[in-house]
Amino acid sequence: MATRLEARGLTVELPTRAGWVRPVNEVSFTLGEGETLGIVGESGSGKTMLALALMGLEPPGARLKGEAWLRARAANGNGSSMAKPAAQPAAIESAGDNLLTAAREKMYTLRGGEIAMIFQEPMTALNPVVRIGAQIDEAIRAHEPRLARDEVRRRTLQALERAAVPEPAMRARQYPHQLSGGLRQRAMIAMALAAGPRVLIADEPTTALDVTVQKQILELLATLRRDLQLSLLFITHDFGVVAQIADRVAVMYAGRVVEEGPASEVLRHPRHPYTEGLLRAAPRLAREKLVAIPGTVPPLDALPTGCAFAPRCARRVAECDIAMPELIHASGATESHRARCILVR
Amino acid sequence: MAADALLEVRDLRKSYAIAAGVIHRAKGDPSTAPGGTVGVDGVSFSLAPGETLGIVGESGCGKTTLARILLRLIEPDSGEMRFRGQDWRGARGADLRALRRRIQMVFQDPIASLNARMRVGTIVGEPLAIHEPGLSRAERTARTAQMLEAVGLGAEALDRYPHEFSGGQRQRIGIARALILRPELVVADEPVSALDVSIGAQILELLDRLRREFSLTLILISHSLPVVAQLATRVSVMQAGKFVESGTADQVLQAPQHPYTQALIAAVPEIPA
Repeated sequence: MATRLEARGLTVELPTRAGWVRPVNEVSFTLGEGETLGIVGESGSGKTMLALALMGLEPPGARLKGEAWLRARAANGNGSSMAKPAAQPAAIESAGDNLLTAAREKMYTLRGGEIAMIFQEPMTALNPVVRIGAQIDEAIRAHEPRLARDEVRRRTLQALERAAVPEPAMRARQYPHQLSGGLRQRAMIAMALAAGPRVLIADEPTTALDVTVQKQILELLATLRRDLQLSLLFITHDFGVVAQIADRVAVMYAGRVVEEGPASEVLRHPRHPYTEGLLRAAPRLAREKLVAIPGTVPPLDALPTGCAFAPRCARRVAECDIAMPELIHASGATESHRARCILVR
Repeated sequence: MAADALLEVRDLRKSYAIAAGVIHRAKGDPSTAPGGTVGVDGVSFSLAPGETLGIVGESGCGKTTLARILLRLIEPDSGEMRFRGQDWRGARGADLRALRRRIQMVFQDPIASLNARMRVGTIVGEPLAIHEPGLSRAERTARTAQMLEAVGLGAEALDRYPHEFSGGQRQRIGIARALILRPELVVADEPVSALDVSIGAQILELLDRLRREFSLTLILISHSLPVVAQLATRVSVMQAGKFVESGTADQVLQAPQHPYTQALIAAVPEIPA
């Protein structure tokens, strides 16, 4: 499976009165073609900041470290490419672009064209005073400014249709407030995919939706992923959603990945005490007794020297407080299943 | 009516007129006909002391409207409500005040439901100041501190402001305020939906413990069947203002009869066991 997106030691630093803090700390992962990686974490775990850094949308003043390589299609050159033979394949893999250092102009072409993002609340991500169709037109024109008006609209309607929006022509003429929450998220997906990106970051795209609508959106994303060979970085706090959609999962706590591996294995046999705790704290229909995790996530400017989860961990030993453990292969687990805990050796 | 019921509700109805005007008419699906919309449409139930009734439904089903009617924060168009046999819907003046302290509410949003300019001690102690004005300041503070301890916060919270607390702690403050008058019935409307999973579990645990300690009867309203499944002894599923299915929690969750309940259960993304 070809790698589409690879992060190595991705770190985001933000200035605070107490000095620099790291909401995202040395995060590494690879996302393959057509693959879905679930990023799971609670508020403050750094999962949204990770997504924003990948999109080049980190807050002003943030410092980025590490690398995030996006293997884009080979550039077709500029206007002069018209002279080249039309038979030239359009999608040769290039070495890729480092999203963390790419120039602003380069990001304009990558964002939307190669990597796109959808958000939790489509109402705040859509412009309330512009019709749905016009907003999608804009996303297409940003990448192909010379496209004829009719062709832009044709692609807009196609994008809405692909996102399974019923009556695309009618919906294109409506404003966001005239759409239900589920339809708005579909319109958002249509817009994100309109310029043909191959990587989609979805940040809690179903959290604000009713459970029956959530099911439809998850099914839509699964279909799009299959049909378009889309690579999906799916951010959520809900392990149930991960079980539905993700091939692999990375669990984040206080800015770091604390466990990663195949989704089915991590969910059935979690190795990090935090993952285990989250799974036992998640309400299920089965009515098993919930076991809460005591305490709260430590503030980023007061992280312990050792394992960040140690203060809340029932299995803490003295060694936990000495140093932050590395992500290590969990004994007896699949090769790619790793956890940041000294107990998994 | 059952003599031993704590709360008895008969055929509650509440509908809202859609306001006229260009902007309102432009809202929503053009295919839907204009007219009144139904908030609560003929809800009846009877709740015995010590029971926990879970009310589940999706957005717009009327569950929050129902909660507000049960608290008498809004008036229903018609229907009856009796609390321990007393007329609750029609209660006025001193009767109303006496009943109010026995029925309290926990809100969804732990930020919006606490006054940011008041100290936690004042917020939690205010119901006492209103309902037990004879209490001395020291007695009130002592009772407030005791209540804060009971929800796991400690007396040092008294002099602090809501913004100094995390979401989960703020929800504890809201619960302390609801319980300080030792109510018999507590209505909790989406008490954990604004919280993280690990914190939500703490709050559900706390509600369950307090329910036992204070012999509470609980109405737990949520969009989430798994959340309701944790605490409810009985479950009612609400759709378009009506209870479409009611039964013991086991019946409704394990052998749902109504197609809507079945669809809700099928849509829950389950974590593999």
